[in-house]
Amino acid sequence: MAATVSFITRRFGAYDPSSLASYEAAGGFQALRRALKMDGYDIAKILADNGIQGRGGAAYDMGKKWSQARDVKAPHKCVVCNADEGEPGTFKDRTLLQKDPFQLLEGMIIAGWSVQADNGYIYLREEYSHLRYSILSAIAQCERAGYLGDDILGSGFSYQIHLYSGAGAYVCGEGSALCESIEGKSGRPRMKPPFIKQCGAFHLPTCVNNVESLSLVPNVLMDDEGFYKAQGTPECPGTKIISVSGNVVRPGVYEIPFGITLREIIFDLAGGIPDGHSFRLAQLGGASGRIASIHELDTPYTYKDLRKAGLTPVGSGAVLVVDDRTSVLSFLQIIQQFFSHESCGQCTPCREGNRHIKLILDKMAAGTHTQEDLDHLRKFAEIMRVSSLCGLGETAQSALLSCMDRFPEVFTVKEEAYTR
Amino acid sequence: MSNLIHLTINRIPVEVPAGTRIIEAAQSIGIDIPHLCYHPDQTIKAHCRMCMVEVTGQRKLLAACSTVVWEGMEVITDSKRVYDAQVGVLDLILSDHKQNCLSCSRNGSCDLQNLCRRFNRLSPTLPDISSDEPPRVDNPSIVRDPAKCVKCGRCVKVCNEVQGVSALTYSNRSGNFLVTTAFDAPMEETDCVLCGQCTLVCPVGALVERDYTDEVWSAIQDPSKHVVVQVAPSVRVALGDEFGLESGALVTGKMVTALRRLGFDKVFDTNFSADLTIMEEGSELLHRMKTGGKFPMITSCSPGWVRFMEKHHPELIENLSTAKSPQGMFGAVLKTYYAQKMGWDPKDIVSVSVMPCTAKKYEAARPELGRDGYRDVDIVLTTRELAKIIRYEGMDLKNLPDSDFDSPLGTGSGAGAIFGATGGVMEAALRTAYELHTGKTLPRLEFEEVRGQVNGIKEATIDLDGTPVRVAIANGLQAAEELIQRIESGEVPYTFVEIMACPGGCIGGGGQPIGTNNAKRDARIKSLYKLDRSLPLRKSHENPDIQTLYSEFLEAPLSHKSHELLHTTFTAWPGSHRFDHLKK
Repeated sequence: MAATVSFITRRFGAYDPSSLASYEAAGGFQALRRALKMDGYDIAKILADNGIQGRGGAAYDMGKKWSQARDVKAPHKCVVCNADEGEPGTFKDRTLLQKDPFQLLEGMIIAGWSVQADNGYIYLREEYSHLRYSILSAIAQCERAGYLGDDILGSGFSYQIHLYSGAGAYVCGEGSALCESIEGKSGRPRMKPPFIKQCGAFHLPTCVNNVESLSLVPNVLMDDEGFYKAQGTPECPGTKIISVSGNVVRPGVYEIPFGITLREIIFDLAGGIPDGHSFRLAQLGGASGRIASIHELDTPYTYKDLRKAGLTPVGSGAVLVVDDRTSVLSFLQIIQQFFSHESCGQCTPCREGNRHIKLILDKMAAGTHTQEDLDHLRKFAEIMRVSSLCGLGETAQSALLSCMDRFPEVFTVKEEAYTR
Repeated sequence: MSNLIHLTINRIPVEVPAGTRIIEAAQSIGIDIPHLCYHPDQTIKAHCRMCMVEVTGQRKLLAACSTVVWEGMEVITDSKRVYDAQVGVLDLILSDHKQNCLSCSRNGSCDLQNLCRRFNRLSPTLPDISSDEPPRVDNPSIVRDPAKCVKCGRCVKVCNEVQGVSALTYSNRSGNFLVTTAFDAPMEETDCVLCGQCTLVCPVGALVERDYTDEVWSAIQDPSKHVVVQVAPSVRVALGDEFGLESGALVTGKMVTALRRLGFDKVFDTNFSADLTIMEEGSELLHRMKTGGKFPMITSCSPGWVRFMEKHHPELIENLSTAKSPQGMFGAVLKTYYAQKMGWDPKDIVSVSVMPCTAKKYEAARPELGRDGYRDVDIVLTTRELAKIIRYEGMDLKNLPDSDFDSPLGTGSGAGAIFGATGGVMEAALRTAYELHTGKTLPRLEFEEVRGQVNGIKEATIDLDGTPVRVAIANGLQAAEELIQRIESGEVPYTFVEIMACPGGCIGGGGQPIGTNNAKRDARIKSLYKLDRSLPLRKSHENPDIQTLYSEFLEAPLSHKSHELLHTTFTAWPGSHRFDHLKK
């Protein structure tokens, strides 16, 4: 029986998240005091030594990201916290924001100090507007206590944090679209290069990190006993917060050590499939994630093992479970509906590819498709993957492509097959 | 920039300066990577994804237009993987493009057609999912056809970055993504100035000039009408492009022959009325200098610029010269002086002009340009429409004999000719103003410092025999906006300012042949200055037909009659930034 761990979640319920004093009493802001005595590169090195990869989906080496951000020479830089948790089935950042908002602010201040930024922006997804008040209150309390503003804790470091709400577009989780949105423009991804680290929000060098990545920082800095590194597997140490949802008995947010299997996550932690139904598939990492069939259930949850099994390596940390009540085709139609709504429309493969793939899936559902349609499915999904302007188009057909591999019987012109 | 990068493209070694993009590196060895949104005069958009190529070691394909080369890069443009991606993207674009090619004015000059020919796409492979929206015909100049738009963004870029107008923009997302005006309003109701630069860069038929060739045919075939045509200075150095001649080829004589064969009763030259504009505008400048009028005085012959001023800078109304544009003056003289001379009823004259410009169609429709219920200019054709009717008649321009304009409204000086290039109006005005002001002969006719420089601002101080005159010239409305900022900051007390809406002046106008780019603009500018040098008559005030017009009819520049016929007024546009339509 797999067990959860408490590292990033250790203060959940242990203090009053509306009170800075309560956070301080629980050991809050000790990490910042420690960080302000350290060099930014050394902080980045601690992250690298702990093998921390960014939690936003791209799994970029976080220590490397911070030291590269530090390398950039510019009079102004900014840190952006990506709280546009838009991947369907992902809600761990919401929990972090609700239950430990000060931990995130502390992580953001440490980020600002490490990369030498003067402003930090929290880009909060529009659907989380109910959290605005508590975040703004936390920022105001930190300002009053001297954790934000000029000359923080007498260190000479000055830094502000601003809260910005998006307007509800999934694509704004993409770093450059997020920067456009913060600037008040339509959230459409930019062409790269230039990369965000050189030219991001307000055309300043920008270091974008996920809520979970930033929330991890204070804990890792204070982890003198090496608790974090002792978790997980030797190759993939540490813990990870995942969001389990769909057809499971106990959906929710779980902090797990890396290395437990998908089966343990779904059947032990989340209590398995309800009402005597059977497992059909799981999607990892949100709507842009690949699909696990029953054959992948014993894959350990580590970046490397998931990749080796042809699954999305962690991604957003979502585990969406689908049982036999939903057919593969209906599931893909739902995913397609999402991307047909959320593509920004700028580049041809994503704009037009999503339209045609939706039409073909609808034809399949109606039983009127041809072999040519099936060929087109793979062809245009592949074109979207290799030719799109941004990560949205690149990954929008991950579910389709992996279903075509895992459930080939669905993609035939024989009627009894595809309606299964 | 001596830093050279070494790479291979299809195994061929290439050496290019650092910072070069793959698409340009390929061009340097004669490989044209398929593209649609890429345009040599614009910043990179990377939207269409036609130019995807393979780079060894890269997981994804890379866009050749946006990827800068690196040392040791190996680019493959002809693999199966590249072909499949490119042809797939082409199929996707085609499926969302209304393919009524036979009735499209870009039939034959369409970048998408060219790509289909190149990829041997003989029939569509995907279902047609293009919109059924009808074309928007809501202004005299430009027709928008959303069902043909391929969302490449070239028009948005030129409107925003070159013209600084930003009337065209993106709206919606995913399958509903489109290029449109703010709140999808008709173009004339937006900040659009109808300059037509968007119609020059559109790769397909989504933005085209409003076509009036049928109206011209009806007029020519109506025996009760006297159909008279005037041709703008810049048309003669651009029309050749439509018939495969080299950039900047001067085709005046052939063009006149073609117009005459088409059946126009008289073929006249706008260079003549350009000289007339100089007489009035030059005199107005001298008058303002003597009487202390509003400075700087700004030219008003570019209707795109005039509309820009009325919409964006109405505070400058009194700075504009009240002299009508050469098109406007020609129309007025035609329907008064020339009609009297010929004993024609002005109502029986159909006044046609051939202009490099879509905004001229709008200008001709302005109420200030006409009297007694008739318009001074009835129909305006662009250079492109002229080429269309010449082709209909089956004439191959390059094989036509030369002939001369009719007299007397067909004589223009070199000063009139250079009106078509940025700085030309300034130079023409200075030639005349100098001599009228000083009574002396100009020692040197050329004012090199006001010439050339597409999309730029030029400044000079001209010595008017002891009176220094500070002048400035801007072409392209983004440059114009910068110049206006300088004027309004008061940092330099300019006396005379020339502004042309289009990059390079009229030779780069929105009605010029498709394919017009900055390299071609430079060639046309050169050609006009060469024409000026070759003419015996190079100063407007020495044009004998202009002198006759004044002695027989107008009396003198700025006379009562001149004011009545040759000067106009401007009106602040009341519609700017009005958001009433948003109220429920």
